[in-house]
Amino acid sequence: MASDPSASRTEARGSAYSRLSITQKRTLWAWGFLAVPIVFYVVIRFYPTGNAMVLSLQEWNLLGDRTWAGLDNYRTLFADPVFWQVFRNTFVYLLLGTPISLVISFIIAYHLDKVRFMHGTIRALYFVPFMTSAVAMAWVWRWFYQDVPIGLFNNWLATFGIAQIDFLDSTTNALPSILAPAIWAGLGFQVIIFMAGLRAIPRTFYEAAEIDGVSTWTVLWEITLPLLRPTIVFIVVLSSIGFLRIFDHVFNMTSANPGGPLNSTKPLVLMIYQTAFSSFDMGYAAAQTVVLFTILLIVSLIQLRLLRDR
Amino acid sequence: MNRPFRTALAALATSAAALTSASAQEVTIEYWQYFFEARVDAMEILIENFEAANPNINVEMTHFPYADYRTRTAVAVPAGEGPDSVQLFYGWLNDYIEAGLIQPLPTDTFSPAMVEAEFFPMVRAMERDGAYYALPTAVRSLALFYNQRLLDAAGVEVPTTLEELVAAAAATTERDGAGNITQVGLTTGMTAQDHHWFREVLIRQFGGEPYLDDYQTVNYDTDAGRAALGFYLGLEEAGVSQSGFMDEPQAAFRGNRAAFHIDGSFRIGALNDSRGLEWGVTELPAGADGTQSNYSSYWVNAITSSAEGPEYEASVLFMEYLTSPEAMQIWLDVVGELPARQSVGMTEENANDDVFGPFIRGLAYAQTTKFADESAQRQVLVDMIERVQLQDMDPGESLRMAAEAEQAILDGYYNN
Amino acid sequence: MSTADDLTIRATSDSLLKASAPPRKRNMAQYIRWVLLFGGGLLMVMPLAYMISTSMKWPWEVYNIGLIPEEPTLENYTYVLEDGRFFGWFINSLVIATITTLSALFFDSLVGYTLCKFKFRGRYIIFIAILSTLMIPTEMLVIPWYMMSQSLGWLDSYWGIMFPGLMTAFGVFLMKQFFETVPDDFLEAARIDGLNEFQIWWQVAMPMVRPALAALAIFIFLGNWTAFLWPLIVTTSPDLYTLPVGLSSFGDEADVAWELIMTGAAISTIPTLVFFLIFQRFIIRGVVMAGLKG
Repeated sequence: MASDPSASRTEARGSAYSRLSITQKRTLWAWGFLAVPIVFYVVIRFYPTGNAMVLSLQEWNLLGDRTWAGLDNYRTLFADPVFWQVFRNTFVYLLLGTPISLVISFIIAYHLDKVRFMHGTIRALYFVPFMTSAVAMAWVWRWFYQDVPIGLFNNWLATFGIAQIDFLDSTTNALPSILAPAIWAGLGFQVIIFMAGLRAIPRTFYEAAEIDGVSTWTVLWEITLPLLRPTIVFIVVLSSIGFLRIFDHVFNMTSANPGGPLNSTKPLVLMIYQTAFSSFDMGYAAAQTVVLFTILLIVSLIQLRLLRDR
Repeated sequence: MNRPFRTALAALATSAAALTSASAQEVTIEYWQYFFEARVDAMEILIENFEAANPNINVEMTHFPYADYRTRTAVAVPAGEGPDSVQLFYGWLNDYIEAGLIQPLPTDTFSPAMVEAEFFPMVRAMERDGAYYALPTAVRSLALFYNQRLLDAAGVEVPTTLEELVAAAAATTERDGAGNITQVGLTTGMTAQDHHWFREVLIRQFGGEPYLDDYQTVNYDTDAGRAALGFYLGLEEAGVSQSGFMDEPQAAFRGNRAAFHIDGSFRIGALNDSRGLEWGVTELPAGADGTQSNYSSYWVNAITSSAEGPEYEASVLFMEYLTSPEAMQIWLDVVGELPARQSVGMTEENANDDVFGPFIRGLAYAQTTKFADESAQRQVLVDMIERVQLQDMDPGESLRMAAEAEQAILDGYYNN
Repeated sequence: MSTADDLTIRATSDSLLKASAPPRKRNMAQYIRWVLLFGGGLLMVMPLAYMISTSMKWPWEVYNIGLIPEEPTLENYTYVLEDGRFFGWFINSLVIATITTLSALFFDSLVGYTLCKFKFRGRYIIFIAILSTLMIPTEMLVIPWYMMSQSLGWLDSYWGIMFPGLMTAFGVFLMKQFFETVPDDFLEAARIDGLNEFQIWWQVAMPMVRPALAALAIFIFLGNWTAFLWPLIVTTSPDLYTLPVGLSSFGDEADVAWELIMTGAAISTIPTLVFFLIFQRFIIRGVVMAGLKG
């Protein structure tokens, strides 16, 4: 072959490249694909994040100079009882929000998948809340929660003779009351993802199960859910990040008394927002951001590990 | 004079003329304010008038949505993207001065003596070390709105004292069969204007002084403070009010479900839009011993430190015009905000106007709180009420906690 | 694949499902299921009914909590739509959302595919690093972004509004999960056929994850359509405002014109609804085919 002219030409043309092993070639392609995105993420995300981390060790009110403060921001933070309240609130949002919305959205997606008549319309009905303005919806829900004779929910309760409930004006009820519209708005998103996942399961599995006479319940547990694993992982991780980062819904529903009443609904991102854009205490806000980031990272890593394919 | 000297003099004169005409060249200055249709309209009129009187100066106005206006300016100005002249909320003055963003107004044009004599007293809060850093075109104050129809239906007169107010509110509160309030006598809500009413009006009317040391020390953990709090909480206990009724106090009033409502002059526009609402306004009720007080807030105009040379000169002239009686009258007519000068406010026409009169008369005895962090300090009072109403805390105890919390905010601010 | 095949697939599945169960019970269950789902759907959109109802009320009626306005009016819609600036905001939002969606679709799937199908050192770290960008709230990033835009002259421009959204960690994560379902054999076969890696990704792998792409397109579009804080901070000229920023002018320090906000919200929902209705079909069709091929 060495005397073959075409072979030597090919060799000369792609010399460096063709000498690499298949794996090495593939790795080169991989890095080639990743080159531009990595630059993007480094410049647009990592650099500002690093900036924020450094800022957490400083004091800055946006208008003046930055001064070094060492770990003061963190010390203040951990000694602040409001922070611990906020910390607790944030986890309650997660621990209530993720499982509830996961289960509800799966049930909806599962049954919707089996419906033919007006399927598209019904699917649109469930998705529309996800598309609407958070500000507008917060206002509407606030009105739903008002007392008799104005609030829709309390009026319903009254027709059944049940005493009215203080939804937003109560330190115990406020958080779940705000969580409800957040779950409501996010259902559409999860339903769509579940549907995409469900439709990705080849019908052959179901056909085989039918032939074997397997019950619907078993099909669900032994076939559907295991095959939905990547989808479930995705939704759980993303949903968790979403609830730990909840902000818009709380902010819009408690705009006059943010995070109230008495900090019972305040999540960490709202605390960050207030510290940064109300008090203009940027260093302190950055410290809170670092804490949030750490929490999110740890929770996500745990979830990814636990839900990983064996 | 001999010839060479005259030539030299002529040359000097010519060059001097050249210099002055150079400073009379086209200058463009930039002005920022937040977007609100009426304010933008008014400002456009003022700019037109100013440019007509000063043909060599061109003013460019940029406006932003109100949401995050403060962040917008706070981010842009230090980055050098800011304007020559800017409108800011009076409460931000300290931050802007400390950061070196605005420069003091020249004392020859804006002497403290002149301001003190001609502007309403509460504008004095804008002075630092013998110079004024910013001045308002217009100010706002509080007054008592009332629903004429509801008052007529209950047969009550417009109250002038706190006692009369409580009685009138009692007469106009209505409930349904189950005891729920369907119409409230007086709206209350610390999240709205009530925290100003409490601070600057009620506390004083019960014999106290809310702050000392030029607003650096909290002083309402006193008998007067407790009495004021007792009065405020008593409104709900007496059943003439309900905090949170119809979500916001102004919603209840606009929905014809409240007889009395304390609010600022900025509410007038919205009320005018409410068809079917017959409303009137009167001065805030006086205390038992006749003490009257009011709270005034305002947006001020200032010159940024990036304005220099011809832009600075032009900005000074612009500031002069913005704070002139003519500008204030235009602003009153177009925006509905009260003039900052006494001469404009206290004209026969303005001071006795059905709508603006009570607000303007209130300016004569109004105070302006120097906030370190307005939203945080407001939150302190909101929490104070909620601790009592939602957690059954003793009012005196809650007041003490509030005073402590607010003092911490002030200390954190002033001791840095 | 043709509609005929589509229908055949459906018919086969349906008949298989129908064949193995007692007819009456199955109909009953199907019926109840449909009713519950439809009812649930109606409950879901109830708040929207109130939104639309408020958008048709005059300002003084806004605080009357009835669902049907006493004096319905389209005045708010004419007011908002006739506002000369509205059309400009709409176009801005449309252009920006479309460009960022296309960019994100391209890059996110490329990165997701690479992190999924290529085995190389550092792959997990990169994935976690990208995922971690989801963990910093945008609120903290706007200030560094502003400083960056200012020094690079990106302020007050389409590019300035768009650049943070050109690639998303969310998209990378989604696509990576969906590429996991693409069997490696297909890719190997393509390699043997002589396609280079880029072609394999574009011509073989991408068509197999169409439902995920459709879903991603919807979410990215929606996210950019409703973005508020960053477009607010980076623009000074009103003609560059995106729709949410422009609509926020209907509220100010003292008062918020809720009837206008609701009108704006109603109008803003329409493009996303259209976008959704177009793309949602792909979520169904695409993978039924892929499933049969397997």
